[in-house]
Amino acid sequence: MTNTIIWTVVILTVLGLLLSLVLFWIARKFRVEEDPRIDEIEKTLPGANCGGCGFAGCRAFADAAVKAGNLDANYCPVGGSDVMKKVAAILGCEVSEAAPLVAVVRCNGSCAVRPRTNTYQGAQSCKVKAALYGGDTGCLFGCLGCGDCVAACQFGALSMDAVTGLPVVDESKCTACGKCAAACPKRVIELRAKGPRGMREYVGCINKDKGPVARKACAAACIGCGLCEKTCTHGAITVADNVAYIDASKCKLCRECEAVCPTGAIHGVNFPKELDKEAVKKRIADRKAKAAEAAKAEVKKEESNG
Amino acid sequence: MDKVIVSPSPHLHSPASTDGIMRDVIIALVPALLVSFLFYGWSQLLVLAVSCVSCVGLEWLIARYLFKRPGLFSGTSALVTGILLAMNLPCTTPWWIVFIGALFAIGVVKMSFGGLGQNLFNPAIAGRVFLLVSFPVQMTNWTMPANSFTAVDAVTGSTPLSLIKEGLKSGQSIGDVLSANGMDMSMLLRDIGGSSGEISAIALLVGFCYLLIRRVVKPWIPLSIVLTIALIAGIFHAVDPAHYTGIGFNLLTGGVLLGALFMATDYVTSPMSNWGGVVFGVGIGIIVMMIRYFGSYPEGMSFAILIMNCFVPLINRAFHQKKYGRA
Amino acid sequence: MGKLTFSIGGIHPADSKIARERKIEVLPLPDKVYVSMFQHLGAMAKPVVAVGDKVKAGQIIAEPGGFISAYIHSPVSGTVKSIGPRKDLAGFNQMHIEIAVEGDEWAEGIDLSPELVTDIPEDKAFILDRVKMNGVVGLGGATFPAHVKLCPPPGKTAECLILNGAECEPYLTSDYRILLERTDEIVVGAAIMQKVLGGCRCVIGIEENKPEAIAAARASVAKLGYPNMEVAVLKKRYPQGGEKQLIDAVMHRQVKSGGLPIDVGAVVQNVATSLAVYEAVQKNKPLVTNVLTVTGDCLPVERQHNYLFRIGVPLSFIAEYAGGIPEGAVKIVSGGPMMGKAIANLDATTVKGSSSILYLSGVTERKAESNCIRCGRCADACPMGLEPFLLKSLYAAGDVAALEQNAAQDCIECGCCQYSCPAYIPLLDNIRQAKGQVMAVIRARNAKK
Repeated sequence: MTNTIIWTVVILTVLGLLLSLVLFWIARKFRVEEDPRIDEIEKTLPGANCGGCGFAGCRAFADAAVKAGNLDANYCPVGGSDVMKKVAAILGCEVSEAAPLVAVVRCNGSCAVRPRTNTYQGAQSCKVKAALYGGDTGCLFGCLGCGDCVAACQFGALSMDAVTGLPVVDESKCTACGKCAAACPKRVIELRAKGPRGMREYVGCINKDKGPVARKACAAACIGCGLCEKTCTHGAITVADNVAYIDASKCKLCRECEAVCPTGAIHGVNFPKELDKEAVKKRIADRKAKAAEAAKAEVKKEESNG
Repeated sequence: MDKVIVSPSPHLHSPASTDGIMRDVIIALVPALLVSFLFYGWSQLLVLAVSCVSCVGLEWLIARYLFKRPGLFSGTSALVTGILLAMNLPCTTPWWIVFIGALFAIGVVKMSFGGLGQNLFNPAIAGRVFLLVSFPVQMTNWTMPANSFTAVDAVTGSTPLSLIKEGLKSGQSIGDVLSANGMDMSMLLRDIGGSSGEISAIALLVGFCYLLIRRVVKPWIPLSIVLTIALIAGIFHAVDPAHYTGIGFNLLTGGVLLGALFMATDYVTSPMSNWGGVVFGVGIGIIVMMIRYFGSYPEGMSFAILIMNCFVPLINRAFHQKKYGRA
Repeated sequence: MGKLTFSIGGIHPADSKIARERKIEVLPLPDKVYVSMFQHLGAMAKPVVAVGDKVKAGQIIAEPGGFISAYIHSPVSGTVKSIGPRKDLAGFNQMHIEIAVEGDEWAEGIDLSPELVTDIPEDKAFILDRVKMNGVVGLGGATFPAHVKLCPPPGKTAECLILNGAECEPYLTSDYRILLERTDEIVVGAAIMQKVLGGCRCVIGIEENKPEAIAAARASVAKLGYPNMEVAVLKKRYPQGGEKQLIDAVMHRQVKSGGLPIDVGAVVQNVATSLAVYEAVQKNKPLVTNVLTVTGDCLPVERQHNYLFRIGVPLSFIAEYAGGIPEGAVKIVSGGPMMGKAIANLDATTVKGSSSILYLSGVTERKAESNCIRCGRCADACPMGLEPFLLKSLYAAGDVAALEQNAAQDCIECGCCQYSCPAYIPLLDNIRQAKGQVMAVIRARNAKK
């Protein structure tokens, strides 16, 4: 009995010692020299491994940043400028300030305004649906509603609205990693500047069909009428391919375009007050009248001068 | 045109469905169930009822309230598990033990892996093995087959496999054991005590033929199990008949047929390719015979299937379909 | 020769050829036709007419937009009304030429007489030119330009021309009808292609469920006496008419992954293509007509038809002429029920490859998908020996490298896997996407080389 105990103890001890030697040797032999800063940066990063930066994960990002020695080509959209400042401090380099972005759904085609023209049956995947045909509405460009973007989001920031059939972005959770935009076969989702205090104006439609066709397919479509372009005093809006686009860097958030849009395709979000369309329209009319008067006065002046 | 359906091709579907397949399996088990009623009577019916009701009920409850995905519930598949579990238990099993077996089979083995199609192990066998190691006394108390609808007190006793095992352990030869218990080999093959699913080879084979005709299962797995067992038993028995039981005895006792025909062929826990199935079957056959000849358990079908279940993902990786144009 | 078949996978759907006894009828002309510029595989054709031009039937109205492309001819005589985008049957915008029908005057040089011309021109270049100038494309489904297929690349020779009369898709009967009614012309067409390919063997493959067609083809081959030509009986099994499967069945050879049939010495053409080749070469008649079946499980047999239609007639016109959309139809398909496209827009026009208007009832609706039970039926059914269940999960995991390793790119989209899945999993829907991803990777890699 005692013999057994002694032998067991001896054998196990010897075995343990031998194996630890083997482990030690292997650890020495196969050690990989790594820049300690990679670990440091990785710890600073959010650790979601979402791939929003274009690298396979946070470690790959850290590796690339350390190798490059600067942050010119690397930006973590999830961590934003706070994290990037910390990373820059570790690397000892500068980081350029980037405006925070947010995912924006550029489709107004809710079930109410965009009538269904057929019923889709098949794999619930926008990609499959987009490859198969033009979609179950008259609109070839809008949201297909199968939720590929929702599945792609790792932060739970997207959900399908059961009433409208469109995805909804939860701004507090959105990190602008861009996964949803890449997952959308119709390119409906855009990463836009978040804007001051989250206020921003955007066109909620990308229908490139001619006005009447777009209108027939969806009551809230951008029909490319150009009214917003003419109204905008900041040159922020361009209409191309029958659809308007607002350049966020030029937009001054005056909300005039939103007020004049005949189909309600333009949206302003996070503004403290509801948009008083009539008041804004009056303002535009007044300005136009004034401008007309000024022009008249100019003409008169010229006449009197001449 | 507004109601017209648009979907990717193909636009046709075969009449096959998961429920249809499970229904076929249930139909195939009916002959064996009938035979077991004839032998064991109402007690067998009670075990079956408790097992089926608890399996189906538990699956529904878990799908509905734990997963909150009622679509996950598959009544027919749970019913198959319930029937197979019942067929693996002695008819004297108390109802609460049956319930615990069903809870383990459905709750732990099947649903915790994600429900239908996701489980690594065969739920019915895992449930049975769980009961076997938890309640060894109740689980090995076999009623000797008799027409129990008329007999008031059935005779209980050990199965022939365990009798022989005990005898061999105490140094007797097979012949000694048999004569001591007043049995001979031919009797063994006629009146074999055991779980309800073990007692009628013919009924099981009839059911299996039905599955073959309906093309629900392929014969490769059962065939390779049976042939492997026959081969090993044949060699050992020929060398030393005093200590190793023979081919017929090994094939007809200890749930080999039930296991080979209905449990090892479970889609979810068996390999997909034909050659993979052969490897799987040979593995089961070898493990069964190793346990029987050299292990301490009298029979080993359940353990063999469970062990080979572990290898299914590996076997699936090793054996692929023959591809067109890729020699 | 016994009954031939391919060696891997396959399924046996009910053949449902309800319209098989309906003779080919000539469809009248509508007021307007819309000719798509995208009726063939390869580059889009370029219109060569302008709005207001008067055109005659059989006149070229569009020329090839690239090497793999085809001429397109006006199917009617009339005036070009507009040239611009119009929605195709999937609802996508495609370039179409709209022609208002005025009378039925054919362009010069086209022989419209029904006499059989059995003397084959000696000059191969002349034959190929006729095939090309008359816009002949493969009518078996892929609509690959025929003249390209009939010119094997240098260093490769055709050993066997396989004429595909399998028509393995359920419901469709157009090939069967032309095999019965235009047998001699098809056989002459085959002999023409045989000549172009350098006098190789020719096998006309017909599935066993069409004994009348087999008898007719055999009689015609014997009567016309072209050398080295035979009729082979194929087993009834889907997808027997798949190009790769047919080569396997007839020649017992398999085309390597990513390879072409000509690599194993095979050229496969559909019987309808053979008829088009005959008309193009012997009669100088362009491909402006084809035969289409109006059929379905919710259509009584007396309302089922095989029509000889002018290519460019709107589907809705044919549907109207055949008595409108039947009661109980929930899905309308262009092509066979296994590989055909569901029609989202019945106002779309017919194209060279149109083979049917198929009305399917509610029984064909997709059922809710449940968990995979690993029965392996999809793998057993796959005629390419793939493992659809595996490809689907690899696609879900986004593992493109593993998809390529498991040959997702070899999928022929026949639908056998999805047909046989008892859990109603949309296997092909997903594998089609996976195949696209792998093909993109392969193309990018080849472009780099």
